[in-house]
Amino acid sequence: MSEPFLIGDSMTGGYGNGPDILHDCTIAVNKGEIAVIVGPNGAGKSTGMKAVFGMLSLNKGSVRLDGEDITALSPQDRVVKGMGFVPQTSNIFTSMTVEENLEMGAFIRRDNYKDTMTQIYDLFPILKEKRYQAAGELSGGQRQQVAVGRALMTQPKVLMLDEPTAGVSPIVMDELFDRIIEVARTGIPILMVEQNARQALEIADKGYVLVQGANAFTGTGKELLVDPEVRKSFLGG
Amino acid sequence: MIDFLNAFVALSNFVLIPAISYGAQLALGALGVTLIYGILRFSNFAHGDTMAFGAMCTILVTWLFQSWGISFGPLPTALLAMPFGILATMGLVLFTDRYVYKFYREQKAKPVILVIVSLGVMFILNGLVRFIIGPNDQRFSDGERFIISVREFKALTGLKEGLAFKTTQGITIVTAVIVVIALFWFLNRTRTGKSMRAYSDNEDLALLSGINPERVVMVTWLIVAALATIAGTLYGLDKSFKPFIFLQLLLPVFAAAIVGGLGSPLGAIAGGFTIAFSEVMITYAWKKVATYVVPEAWAPDTLVQLLSTDYKFAVSFVILIIVLLFRPTGLFAGKSV
Repeated sequence: MSEPFLIGDSMTGGYGNGPDILHDCTIAVNKGEIAVIVGPNGAGKSTGMKAVFGMLSLNKGSVRLDGEDITALSPQDRVVKGMGFVPQTSNIFTSMTVEENLEMGAFIRRDNYKDTMTQIYDLFPILKEKRYQAAGELSGGQRQQVAVGRALMTQPKVLMLDEPTAGVSPIVMDELFDRIIEVARTGIPILMVEQNARQALEIADKGYVLVQGANAFTGTGKELLVDPEVRKSFLGG
Repeated sequence: MIDFLNAFVALSNFVLIPAISYGAQLALGALGVTLIYGILRFSNFAHGDTMAFGAMCTILVTWLFQSWGISFGPLPTALLAMPFGILATMGLVLFTDRYVYKFYREQKAKPVILVIVSLGVMFILNGLVRFIIGPNDQRFSDGERFIISVREFKALTGLKEGLAFKTTQGITIVTAVIVVIALFWFLNRTRTGKSMRAYSDNEDLALLSGINPERVVMVTWLIVAALATIAGTLYGLDKSFKPFIFLQLLLPVFAAAIVGGLGSPLGAIAGGFTIAFSEVMITYAWKKVATYVVPEAWAPDTLVQLLSTDYKFAVSFVILIIVLLFRPTGLFAGKSV
């Protein structure tokens, strides 16, 4: 099997000088696919994603993007390299308008980003409607769309979402998943952490079940959904 | 009817015009405080003395110009000197940032530590200003003194009450309007201005978006230096320049910034005028205005002055406390203190 587009390879590490949270954990996403990280509370899902994004230092293992070792790069430099990251909380500029949020997303670009903005408005029509409204005044689901839109403004080569559906209603959650699939269809690989394991695995090409900071199960989304072990221990039968 | 006109003229002369120009000076000062709070996340106690330093530099250049015989016609020479004062102050704040604040920023020091640091900077600046220009009153305004003087106004209107509109008051108001428009245009329309707002709104996300924090901080200091110099010079022109005054001015300036909502530029302006109008109205003797308006029998015997002018700073204090008790985020919902 060829090297995945983005891989956090056998990562071991934790925050600062604290104890290790990740233990030999591997997370990867292929071109044009959606990879989902699921697992029980405190399993290190978000930590795993942050490690891939360079927000904590690794004691062992490496992160490679398109074959290039980026383990030593800071998160900001990884953004320049083409990684888009949507944090779980405070992921928008609440006091700024939707359009300004997107402009700030494109801050590192010196070329004309109007086309990208049009694409994002096509992808998230509600944002176009509310473009001059302060992002903080929007509903939870709309905020998440602003957050994803902001990250897409750099035209990333890979998009990482940390629990994009946290705290939204089930209806909004379905809509957000639809949008995420649409983003993936534009060819951007997506790596995503999710609480709603069942729905997430349904749309996933690849699933990682983490337990205690280590890979417990890995497989395609469908494999994991039917895997009796995964169902019993984790999906609730 | 004439009585009401006279009352209005007296009101304008003693309350409205002074309060508007004082409010404009406070607003400019408070804008500087609020920008530092929004971007660098601490209350800059050295701001009053930054204003003093800027005004002092302007005064020195003004004297130089005056000795060269350069003047600005009917306008004060200080306006010509102000750009040089701004440049000098920009140099000063960049120097203090580079050699004082940056050290603590890199340590990720708590805001309260930075406040104390700024207190230290304040004392040093205050000493520096007094050392260079002396502790006494300095006069440096020249040009026409009045746009409208009391005598002209009376001759023009035939009213019993006179109205004086000083050149410095006119300049203060016009300059403040221009500066505020320029500042809001910068913050809302330019890439750098938007990146400053983004950084103030959500520091982590701004970093993720590739916004360079050191650049944002530098631009903020430059703007604050300009605002402080303009505010200090205008205040000095309108009243007089005395280094210690700026230490006292710190209170109404901070009150204005907090009342408006720290971190909110619009709030700083609203706060500046709120404080100025309260101070002037509460310490004004209303007897004159009241005599015109109420029937003769009700005319007041006393001065109808709520508080002696000696206590004007107490007004800022009381407003500050009321706001902190009942609306800690300020009128325009800035950050809570």
